[in-house]
Amino acid sequence: MWAFIHKLGSPKWFYGISAKLQPWFWAAAGLLIITGSLWGLAFAPADYQQGNSFRIIYVHVPAAFLAQSIFIAMAVSGLVFMVWKIKVADMAAAVMAPLGAAMTFVALFSGAVWGVPTWGTWWMWDARLTSMLILLFLYLGVIALRGAFTSRDSASRAASVLAMVGVINIPIIKYSVDWWYTLHQPASFTLTSRPAMPTEMWLPLVIMVLGFYSFFIALTLMRTRSEILRREANKHWVQELVTGQAVKAPAEEAR
Amino acid sequence: MLAVKATLVRDLTLLLRRRGEVLNPLVFFALVITLFPIAISPDPELLAVIAPGLLWVAALLAALLSLDSLFRSDYDDGSLEQLLLAPQPLAALSLAKVAVHWLLTGLPLALMAPLLGIMLALPAGSYAVLALSLALGTASLSLIGAIGAALTVGLARGGVLLSLLVLPLYIPVLIFGAGAVQAAIFGEGVLAHLAILGALLAASLMLAPWAIAASLRISING
Repeated sequence: MWAFIHKLGSPKWFYGISAKLQPWFWAAAGLLIITGSLWGLAFAPADYQQGNSFRIIYVHVPAAFLAQSIFIAMAVSGLVFMVWKIKVADMAAAVMAPLGAAMTFVALFSGAVWGVPTWGTWWMWDARLTSMLILLFLYLGVIALRGAFTSRDSASRAASVLAMVGVINIPIIKYSVDWWYTLHQPASFTLTSRPAMPTEMWLPLVIMVLGFYSFFIALTLMRTRSEILRREANKHWVQELVTGQAVKAPAEEAR
Repeated sequence: MLAVKATLVRDLTLLLRRRGEVLNPLVFFALVITLFPIAISPDPELLAVIAPGLLWVAALLAALLSLDSLFRSDYDDGSLEQLLLAPQPLAALSLAKVAVHWLLTGLPLALMAPLLGIMLALPAGSYAVLALSLALGTASLSLIGAIGAALTVGLARGGVLLSLLVLPLYIPVLIFGAGAVQAAIFGEGVLAHLAILGALLAASLMLAPWAIAASLRISING
C-alpha cells in the first residue's frame, strides 16, 4: 500500500502510467458524450411542461455536477499534498482549478439560458444559481491566490489551505443560500421537484454525466502531464525524454 | 495561557496607541451608510426596508477593510516570526490576535450600528437584535477573515486579493445576520437566527485558528 502511494508520488512514474490510461478516458469521454448528446437532443421525448427547452439539462446538470466534484477533488489533492508532500497531487490541483471554474461558468451560463424560456428572464436569484455563482468566486480566489505568490512552494501550500477552507464552507454556504431563498421567495417553480423523469429522459442524462466525468479525468491527466514536464524540466529523465538521448550527469560532464 | 494573555495585552496596547487604525473602520462604516440615502433616496419608508441589509453589508465591508492590518505590522517588524518560534501553539496565539481585532473593530461596529440605524429609519424594536447579531457575526467574520489575512500577509499587494478570498466565505454570516434583523422587524422569532450565528461562531472558533496558524507558516516561510 505504502509502496504504491510512494510510486504514485513520483512524477516520472505518474507520467508513464497516465500515458497508458489517458487514451482510454478520452475514448470513453468521446463515446459517452456523443451517444448522450445524440440521444438526449434528438431522441429523448420532449418535456410535457417545458417542451424542447428542457434539453439544456443534458449540458447544465453534468457541468454543475462536475463543478462541485472538481472543487472536492481539488481540496482532496491539496490535503494529500499538505500531508504527504506528494508533488503530483499539487500539480493535479493546479490544473483542476481553471477546469472547475470553466465548468462552473458553463453551468451558470446554461442555467441563465435555460432561465429565458422557463422564467422569462436571464437571471433570477435562484438558490442554485446563487450558490453556483459563489462557487465560481471561490474558484477564482484559489486561482488568484496561486498566481499571487512568487515562490511555487508557498503558492501550492496556500492554494491547498484555501481549497480546504473552501470545501468546508461549501455545504454551509449551500444550505444558508437555500434557506435564504425559501425565506425570500417561496419557490413557485423548481427545476428539481417535478414529476419523476421517465427512463428515456434520464438515461441519456446519466450517460452525459459519465461522459463529462471521463472528459474531466482525461483532461486532468493530460494537463498534469504537461505540468510535470514544465516543473521537472531540469530533471534528467525529462531532458532525456525531450531530446531523445541520454543526458550525462553534470559530474560526468565535468570530468 | 500566559503567552496568550501576553499577546492579548501587547496587541491591545499597540492598537490603543494607534487610535487612527481603530477609528478608521468606524468612520468608513458611517460614510458608506451616508452614501446610500444620497444615491438611492432619502425617503424613510424606502430606507427602512433596505436598512437591515445596508447596515450589515456596510459593517461587513468595514470589518473586511480592517483585516489587512491584522498581521501586517507584525509581519513587517518581524514579531510574527517570533510568534512562530514561540513554544506555545501558534493557533492559540493567533486566536488571541483575532480576539483583539474583534474587540477593537467588530464590537465597536456593533455598538455603533444602532446609531446609524436611527439615521436609516430602522423600525423600532430591532436595534438590540441589530447590535447583538453584529457582535456575534463580526466575531465569525474576524476569524474567517484572519485566514485570508494570514494567507496574503506575505504578498506586497494583498488587499484586493484578500477581499476576493474572504467575501464568498462571509455569505452565510451575512444571510443569517441580516435575516435576524429582518425577522425582528417583522416580529418573528429571532432566536433561530441568533442561534445559527452562534453555531457559525462556534464552528469557526474551533476550525479557523488551525487554518490561520497553517497560513501564517506558509506566509513566513515563503
